[in-house]
Amino acid sequence: MSSHAHRISGMILPMTVAVQCRALRKTYEGNVEAVRGLDLEIIAGECFGLLGPNGAGKTTTIEILEGLLEPTSGEVEILGNNWKTQNRKIRELLGVSLQETRLAEKLTVRETLELFASFYLRPRSIEAVMAQLALTEKSEAFVGQLSGGQKQRLAVATALVADPKILFLDEPTTGLDPQSRRQLWEVIREFQKNGGTIVLTTHYMDEAERLCDRLAVIDHGLTIASGSPAELIERLGGHHMVEFDATGMVASDLDPWRALPSVEAVHEEDGRVVLSVREPHETIPALLAAIEVRGGRLLHLTTRQASLEDVFVHLTGRHLREE
Amino acid sequence: MDHHQIETPRWKSYQLLLMARLKEMYREPEVIFWVFIFPILLALGLGIAFRNKPADVSRVVVVAGPEAAQAMDLLHQPAVAAAVHADQLPAAEALNQFRLGKYDLVVTPHAGGFEYLYDPARPESVLARSTTDDALQVAAGRKDRIPTSARISSEPGARYIDFLIPGLLGMNLMNSGMWGIGFALVDLRQRKLLKRFVASPMRRGDFLLALASSRLVLMLIELVLLLGFGALVFHMRVVGTWFSILVISSLGALCFGGIGLLTASRAQKIETVSGLINLVMMPMWILSGVFFSYERFPAILHPLIKALPLTALNDALRAAILEGAPLTHQGGRLLVMCLWGVISYLLAVRWFRWT
Repeated sequence: MSSHAHRISGMILPMTVAVQCRALRKTYEGNVEAVRGLDLEIIAGECFGLLGPNGAGKTTTIEILEGLLEPTSGEVEILGNNWKTQNRKIRELLGVSLQETRLAEKLTVRETLELFASFYLRPRSIEAVMAQLALTEKSEAFVGQLSGGQKQRLAVATALVADPKILFLDEPTTGLDPQSRRQLWEVIREFQKNGGTIVLTTHYMDEAERLCDRLAVIDHGLTIASGSPAELIERLGGHHMVEFDATGMVASDLDPWRALPSVEAVHEEDGRVVLSVREPHETIPALLAAIEVRGGRLLHLTTRQASLEDVFVHLTGRHLREE
Repeated sequence: MDHHQIETPRWKSYQLLLMARLKEMYREPEVIFWVFIFPILLALGLGIAFRNKPADVSRVVVVAGPEAAQAMDLLHQPAVAAAVHADQLPAAEALNQFRLGKYDLVVTPHAGGFEYLYDPARPESVLARSTTDDALQVAAGRKDRIPTSARISSEPGARYIDFLIPGLLGMNLMNSGMWGIGFALVDLRQRKLLKRFVASPMRRGDFLLALASSRLVLMLIELVLLLGFGALVFHMRVVGTWFSILVISSLGALCFGGIGLLTASRAQKIETVSGLINLVMMPMWILSGVFFSYERFPAILHPLIKALPLTALNDALRAAILEGAPLTHQGGRLLVMCLWGVISYLLAVRWFRWT
């Protein structure tokens, strides 16, 4: 097993690498390059997110890591094991939830979990997994009768029943209502608290911010930034975003605002000016004064914490949810 | 955490995979209908339509005219009336009714004799001509030179229903093998369930074995239902041993399971595999002697037809069920099924896409 020494506040802690890939490439027939040279190092015990818009190559990447797709080139190691030589051994260590698996509709929740549990040498107890995912009441219900949120919880249950070391979740909360999403986030945190490693893909920035210790922002099959959510936002320069609209100005003329105190970056969005700001209390009075000097009138002003969405916009000029 | 202390037994996942297949099937009412009820309804319908009836009375029309009365007298004699029903009509009307199929023969009397109008392409018309002619000749005083006698044979074993039921059994084994394996697999693939399975340490061999076992279990039910139905309702006699019938049916079920696996090896959509399955089965429905004997096709085609797996299965089933042929006399047919099954299976395993 490959071990690294990381220096944290003067102490040297040995860290196990759970998932590692180097120079990963995947070219589909017809020369579609889904992944174009990806390097990842995911440490045991962390929750690692692949964040990116639809079609960025997230699913291809996670399926290569899960040993379901053969990479065109590059190497993957799972807890020091290689897919080619230790396939079965690795599978015993993983819990996998794919994007949009439709489990057999005419089996009950219990039958489905018993079946998946039987694939593993030492599975967890089905009762405990059902209790953890609030499925106990539905244990005798057919899968076809479950709601979307319950089906997704069952999909995660089929992964957790493996008693895995690493949990792979591909878009675990896509299409779910807010309550079901929070329920799943709880389950993921609990798994991590018990020492598990999580690799998930998402195109929800709030999910990435709340759950992930570290992220790789992926676009067009490449990592364009990585680090903890706080680090990524930090790198943006300002922690705060000030968005305003006023009369007597041209939104596309951004130069006057760049000169304001504490402003790190400026861009225009939907006819409004958006400022990345370190200290809003220094910027806002100066901003109001500048508008008044130009004889304009403020129509709109909001301030908010910078988010990963802002990071993505800053890096690509596009929004995460754009088609 | 709540760890199980006991290791999962080696064959548990195989058992659960098999149970899952069977449960999914019997919880789906339309599957029960197509696999179990439909073949029995088909046997019932065809058995009734083509049941052995007492010989039909020939329907004859005599063209009205001066000589008609004498002809009617002859045809109404008791010895003749049993086989011939005669009416008298004007010429135009008689011809019209003959054309519509109400009568099998038109008799036109003329001085000193009769003229028969019949259609050589209609068996009942040919029969009516010969029956009527015999009846009239005997009634007019003909003496036969050679004494002849006849006995009747319509024993169970030689009737259409006896021919039909083994054929339906063969067809049913083909249908449920192709759909039960081919369609089911592509459905699993389309739902990404196959991919989900292989993302776990599930043994792929166990999965395929469970699939094959589920076919054998269903084969047993299909076999008992159809033969039982034939025996109870149509007093069909099963001459061969249950052992030989079981061996042939199992081989047939597995052979078509293999072909089903091959059709499912690449298809990503159930629409694609449905087309493929029908494409594979269609020629055999017609050629392989399910509803009628393939002897009706030109002899030059027979070697080709006999090389089809359903022909081999149907022939073997008929020989075993109706004639009690031992397995040792059916080597060729069993070999044909084995070859189709094994070659399909090997190709399928080579090409099969789990994801």
